[in-house]
Amino acid sequence: MEKSMNCLLRATNLTKRFSPQDPPVVDKVSFTVAPEEIFAILGPSGCGKTTTLRMIAGFERTDEGSIQLNGKTLECPYTHVPPEKRGVGFVFQDYALFPHLNVLENVKFGLTGLSKSEREYRANDILELIGMKAFCKRKPHELSGGQQQRVALARALAPKPSMLLMDEPFSNLDAVLRQSTRNEVRRILKEARMSAVLVTHDQEEALSVADRIGVMNKGKLVQIGTPEDVYYRPRTSFVATFLGRTNLFAAQASGLEARSEIGTLMLDKPARGDVMLSVRPEHLTIERATPANSSNSCGLICSREFKGHDITYHVRMPQCECIVHTDNRMPFSIGDNVVVRPLEPAVVLEHEDGRASLTPSFMQETGDPYKPL
Amino acid sequence: MISKRTLSGLPPWYFLLPAVFVGISVLMPLVYLVIRAFDGDWSQTSELVLRQRNLILLKNTLMLTGSVVLVTTLLAFPFAWLTTRTNVPGVKLMTLLGVMPLAIPGYVLAYSLLGVGGTNGTLAQLFGIVIDRPSGFWGALLAISLYTFPYLFLNLRTGFLGLDPSVEEAARSLGYSSRQILFRVIIPQLKPSYLAGMLIISLYVIGDFGAVSLMRFETFSYALFLQYESAFDRVYAAWIALMLLALTSTILVAEYKLLKGLSFYRIGVGSARRTKITELSSWGIGLAWTYVLAVLTAAVVIPVVTILFWMAQGVDPFIWNSFGDAIRNSITASAPAALLAVFFAVPLAYISIRYPSRMSNYLQRFAYLGYATPPLALALAFIFFSLSAVPFLYQSLALLVFAYALHFLAESMGPIRSALYQAPPRIEEAARSLGVSRFRAFWLTTFPLLKSGIVAGSAFVFLSAMKELPITFILSPIGFETLAVSVWGYSAEAMFAEAAPFALSILFFSVLFVYLLFAREWKKA
Repeated sequence: MEKSMNCLLRATNLTKRFSPQDPPVVDKVSFTVAPEEIFAILGPSGCGKTTTLRMIAGFERTDEGSIQLNGKTLECPYTHVPPEKRGVGFVFQDYALFPHLNVLENVKFGLTGLSKSEREYRANDILELIGMKAFCKRKPHELSGGQQQRVALARALAPKPSMLLMDEPFSNLDAVLRQSTRNEVRRILKEARMSAVLVTHDQEEALSVADRIGVMNKGKLVQIGTPEDVYYRPRTSFVATFLGRTNLFAAQASGLEARSEIGTLMLDKPARGDVMLSVRPEHLTIERATPANSSNSCGLICSREFKGHDITYHVRMPQCECIVHTDNRMPFSIGDNVVVRPLEPAVVLEHEDGRASLTPSFMQETGDPYKPL
Repeated sequence: MISKRTLSGLPPWYFLLPAVFVGISVLMPLVYLVIRAFDGDWSQTSELVLRQRNLILLKNTLMLTGSVVLVTTLLAFPFAWLTTRTNVPGVKLMTLLGVMPLAIPGYVLAYSLLGVGGTNGTLAQLFGIVIDRPSGFWGALLAISLYTFPYLFLNLRTGFLGLDPSVEEAARSLGYSSRQILFRVIIPQLKPSYLAGMLIISLYVIGDFGAVSLMRFETFSYALFLQYESAFDRVYAAWIALMLLALTSTILVAEYKLLKGLSFYRIGVGSARRTKITELSSWGIGLAWTYVLAVLTAAVVIPVVTILFWMAQGVDPFIWNSFGDAIRNSITASAPAALLAVFFAVPLAYISIRYPSRMSNYLQRFAYLGYATPPLALALAFIFFSLSAVPFLYQSLALLVFAYALHFLAESMGPIRSALYQAPPRIEEAARSLGVSRFRAFWLTTFPLLKSGIVAGSAFVFLSAMKELPITFILSPIGFETLAVSVWGYSAEAMFAEAAPFALSILFFSVLFVYLLFAREWKKA
């Protein structure tokens, strides 16, 4: 898909420094977005994702690299198309609704070059699409967070931009609202056949809304792929741990098998020598230890989180500790002797520069691979 | 990280240009002042600079400044404490009364103090009591202190309101008594707001001309005026102005050094809980209100009664003709000045908040420099500047308006800045992503949100210019008498009845000023 000619937005080697002595906030970031595709840039705060988005919108100049939209160059070291000439919609984290204008006026703001009746018609049309028509006379401060969010979306969609950029669009909503708004926004974008770049630090949000995800860390895009791709086949330990909980094991690989701290594991691709493996907690299961099955994959349950639909167990093994998700029909208690068994092949991780890695960098920093990020 | 309040890139030229223009306009006249001061030959110059009279002027100016600071501190502290930290009834009224003395400008107060005493004064005529007319140091001290203490009161009030109650509770839990907390926790935290208020008052005393001239107390400003009026020796006038500026700079630098490193803003988020208040007994409440009313009597009631008394003495009909002219003149100079000041203040405030940098910081300081410059020195600098550089503007209304605008620019910056702080910067980016150009994005989104700030800012400048005396005195075109100049002129010649209608109309505009100030301050609580 990366090499497909059918691409709407192409960002090449985007680089941005805020001060010459510091490392770049955005470092040679390249990606493409296809028509009607929702692309999420996922990363921890301060990783440069918002700056990347603002460069696409034209609010920040790039130091290096170029941006093309529909084959037209918007940005390169000698060109800077101002934001108002880019035809790109932007939804801000705090929505940035015009506080002195009502909902309808906010939505009509970008509808220039149309007759009065056409503007009215188009604005009402889009308010209908997002289900806010009843509120068109309200001022922004009279709306709830979720409603403001919809209006911001409507305002950005109204002028029919080539694509939509969204900066942490759901982060100001409470947990319950976030989920429903997410589905709603995805529905609206798909219905409007609108392609979008969305920036978020919430992996669940990226996984559920986006068609493809780019995982960003310290100014660099680490991995690009479908949600399943980045979740099940993380390229590095950063991607593996940032997209949910995982178990990282140091192992000795030979071909499609490896010897690890929890016994012999199947691998997703052939490897040789010292490798770092990632196994998702739901790809492990536990059984009661019996004299028949006990081996070096045997351990002791040291903690247990009951979450209703599933249970998370922490199992202390002779050389490590691992997390296992099981469904709620596996009632073990703390202190039980169990055997951990893999359900899927383990994923061989690369070092961030492409080499097979032994110790992930974050482990050296925090010393706790299970620390929730 | 992307800051919450700023925009990236360079400020647009249409904001940069007026801002730079303000900087140049403040600096250029001062440059001409220096040029003029070095006009004379060396022996003459050194004789002027080393004159013993300069030392006396310095002693007088410093003595008056120090005494006013002391007296205003004593006057303002009880007001600030009572209105923020006690259960005294009628807090809103007391706050308003604490600001009220600002409605009686120093020279009007001086005029009324002169009108009260003497064999011919209000007291003598109404009650048969003859007191000496206050004059000299004590007269100037009284008039200026009673007029300026509200500035300190407002600053201290903001300081008291900003105190975090949990810091005091922490001190108490660590075993401190109430008295120890007062001296070791509360007062140190009030230092920044006290210093800020002190700065305003010291700058005012140094620059004051009306009260000291009516009381005939020779400070730098009064000497500058006398020198300028005698008109023979402009070089000495220029030197006095320079000494005045040197004194001002010393105070600004001292303030900067003292304030450096002092920032006691509340750490943490969320709204602070209400400060714990001191319960006053009914005795205490009675004492508090007696104090407030006594100060108010001296600062407001006596001047107003005196003015009304002299009004009732009968005003010559010929005065009413010049009265109409004076009002018209005051307005024709002040209204355009208010608009011009806002025209400069919006770009300056915008650049300093949205594009903070060393340059925008300097540009903004020029606006405050125009305010800190003693008005007589500023006016004299403008005279020299216009005579040498733009002779066609010399003694023109345009120059007066321009000088007002530069001098009062800082007053309009406050409300415009706070309006800008509340306007989210992303709305301009939102507008641009919807296809609107940079300037139109500002015009359609941020500008409408600045309206209330602009109205308040221009009102401050207008009302301040209406009562402005020294700049008007020196820069107004020949025969252009304003309300303030008329009050001063008649009072200087002890024609109290003639001065009364002018003084009364000044009071009218000053009350509006006070009301505006109070309304904005009250919202802070």
